[in-house]
Formats: sequence, structure tokens, C-alpha cells
Amino acid sequence: MTPESLRGQLSGAAERWLAGALARVETDPAAIRTLFPAAGRACGRDPLPEPPGWTVDDAVRVLLLAALPLTGEPLSAEAADLYRYGGPAEKRAVLRGLALLPIGDAGLPLVRDALRTNDTRLISAALGPYAATHLDPPAWRHGVLKCVFTGIPLSEIDGLDRRLDAELVRMLRSFAEERAAAGRDVPADVYHLVPDLREL
Amino acid sequence: MRVFDPHIHMTSRTTDDYRAMYDAGVRALVEPAFWLGQPRTNIGSFTDYFDGLIGWEPFRAARFGIRHHCTLALNPKEANDPRCVPVLEVLPRYLERDGVVAVGEVGYDSMTPEEDTAFAAQLQLAIEHDLPVLVHTPHRDKAAGTRRSLDVVRESGIPPGRVLIDHLNEVTVGMVAESGCWMGFSIYPDTKMDEDRMVAVLRAYGTERKLVNSAADWGNSDPLKTVKTGRAMLAAGFEESDVDAVLWRNPVEFYGQSGRLELSDLDSEPGATFEGNSVLRGARKEP
Repeated sequence: MTPESLRGQLSGAAERWLAGALARVETDPAAIRTLFPAAGRACGRDPLPEPPGWTVDDAVRVLLLAALPLTGEPLSAEAADLYRYGGPAEKRAVLRGLALLPIGDAGLPLVRDALRTNDTRLISAALGPYAATHLDPPAWRHGVLKCVFTGIPLSEIDGLDRRLDAELVRMLRSFAEERAAAGRDVPADVYHLVPDLREL
Repeated sequence: MRVFDPHIHMTSRTTDDYRAMYDAGVRALVEPAFWLGQPRTNIGSFTDYFDGLIGWEPFRAARFGIRHHCTLALNPKEANDPRCVPVLEVLPRYLERDGVVAVGEVGYDSMTPEEDTAFAAQLQLAIEHDLPVLVHTPHRDKAAGTRRSLDVVRESGIPPGRVLIDHLNEVTVGMVAESGCWMGFSIYPDTKMDEDRMVAVLRAYGTERKLVNSAADWGNSDPLKTVKTGRAMLAAGFEESDVDAVLWRNPVEFYGQSGRLELSDLDSEPGATFEGNSVLRGARKEP
């Protein structure tokens, strides 16, 4: 996912609104505070071809975020406020945009907040490329386990191949054993990650 | 009878109310931001409330087949508390959110200079965010407060057709009718207006630009007063189309000026949850 690939998928009307919005944000960064929530009404909410699960308003909001002429603390504070004052759609867009922002670890409080919710839209957006790079192993493993718990397909988690370790396999096996003991189903994708689980 | 309640504080009401409203014909409503009984002491108290009016409460209403919208503002009473006034700085973010169909309730409580400032500032916000305005008129010294509200509206430059002056009665309806603003009437069990007085006002002034609401909240009030007013209109000889104008078409036209009313058919999703929480707590029959 790059700003260019997102922008290339927008319709003419969405592109025109975005161009005006970007011009405003470049000269007045605070303008993003009212443009961000308006993006869905202005540009629509249809699914994008790429990345999977993204919508037009996601892309427009992420592009606005990536265009902020700010760095460091002012940038992470602006992103945190957009998240705080946003609904699920705005929160999801901030989470999806974190990987494009030069803020180091400063976006982690938002990832942690999203992982505390039970909103599957936010949990899956929180476990994107930003968390794959920045989130510490214990929190990341628990995030993955929460996905299994809330029915989010593991294919939606970024960096799973790279970050899967013995401890996460142990946690998934333990989860599967509990489910089996209760006579409940284990999500099929868990079997792919836990090699000896079929013996249960 | 299809009913749009243009002013009701559902946050204070139960799921039984939602069910009874649906059964009586209520399909859409607007919940204005107002005070909570218990005074607020900080900005977070407002923002959590605004989040609820945009997030949780529409979800709860939808579970009972009712479309929920809101108006947001710093209310007149709390405009006098310096701990509350800074909410005006975060209000613009909220005024761009989906589901927000007006700025309100603004206006006067005790007609102080602080209320003047907040009222005028929020009329300007309405212009900037291209939203209509819901104006509360005071319970005490109502006629003077209504006249002063009309003056402030005129000075702001907002077109009168984008302003709804609420809680009117026989004494205040005439001056608002002349102003070009929309006229709201809150029908209460004991105070404000009742159904029969409302029918008399409609006879005298017609149905044009008139809206009837229950203003039901945490006090003695009745969320079915809209429907009961409709029945009183029919009993007094008004046509079905007159009732539909007052209880549906007028509120739709007024709040529709926001461009954000969402009145497409509600598709009930029994399994839906809001941030992981459901309202229904187990299976129920569809309404």
C-alpha cells in the first residue's frame, strides 16, 4: 500500500474533492480536523480493489493523514486527536494510516486502544503493518489471539508469517484445547499455524 | 401514521419506550444535545456524550427499527459555566460527523452575557458547517427570551428558513411565524403545551413550518405525545395529510437541509453489535 496506489484507484469526483482537501491541509494542517470526518459523505464508502477490506473513505482519509506537513510530536498528537474524536470509520483510517507516518513508536497507544475494544473493524485495522513492525511481542501475540476469539480471519493480520513464534503457537494450542474441551469449534485457520493440532 | 419526533432525549429513555414508539408509528427522530440534570464539570463529559449521540444511541434506536439523528451544541445553561465553555473548541470536529443534522440546542436560559456569546458563536458555526439550527426558548421570561432569540438570529445573517425556534406556545408563536423561522412545540403531560392547545394553535396559524415534538427526557414526559397530538388533530377534523405534514414532512424538510438525514429503509440486523456489545441480550422477535 502506497499513497500513489491508493490515489490511483479513486473516481474523478473523489479525486477532485481530495485535491482541494490536500491543498487546504498543506497550508493549514488543522483543517484536517473537519475534513477527516466529512470524507465519507464527500467521496463515498465503496470498497476499493486494493488493499482487501479498504474503502474509498479509508483511502481518502489515509491520504489526508499522510499529507500533513507535520513531524514528530505535533504529527502524532494530531493523529491521536483524529482517533479520539472519530467514530469507527475515522478510527480505522487512522490505524490504517499509521504505517505511512514518520512517528516511530508514538502511534502505539492508538493500536493498544483499538486492541482493547471488541470492535472487529478496529482490531483487524490495528494489526496492520505498523503493529507488525512496532508492537512488542506480548501485546502482538494477544492481539492475534483476540482475532481468533472474535472471528477475524488470520489472513487479515499483517506480518504473521514473520512474527509467529513458539509462544504464540503455545497460546493458540491452549485456546484450541479449551475450545475442544467445551465441545466448540476451532477456527480452521488456527490449524494451519499449530502443526500437531489435528490430534485433538 | 408515520411519525418523526424532531426533539427527544432518548439517552434518558428505556428500550420499552423505543418499542412503544415503534409500535405507535415513530420511525425517525432527532436527539438534541442538552444538559443532563446533573451539571457537567469538564469537557470530557460533553465529548463522551456527543460520542454517544453519534455512536451508541443511533445503534440502539436501529435495533428497534427507528432512525436516530442528533443536534450538537453547548447548551444555554452550561454556557454560563467557564469549565464547560471550551467545548466550543472541539465542537467543529463533531459538526462534520455523519448523523449530525443541526447545531442545537442553543439559545437562552437566563439571558446572561455569557449566553449571548455562546449563542452568537454557535450561529456562526452553523453557517460555517452549513447546518440548520435548533433554538431552545427559556422556561422563565419566555416571551422576552423568544424575542431576543429572534433578534440574535437576525443579526447572525443565517436565513430564517434554516432556524427552528422550539418550545413555543400561544404567546410566542405569532412573533416566530412573522420571522420566517420554523416553529417547534413540545407537548408535555403537565407543562409547556398539551394536545388540545396544540390543535388550537394549528387551527389559528396553519400547519406550515410547524413541528410537534415530545421533548421526552429524564423528567415527567411522554415519548408518545407526537402520536397523541396526531390523533387529537384527526379528532378535531384535520386531514391525514395535515397530520403527515406536521409529524413527518415538516421535520424531514427542516432537518433535510443538512443533507445528512438518512431515511432509507432500516434493514434489521439481529446479530449486529456496537463495538462488540449488543442491546437485545438474547433473541427477540423482529418488530
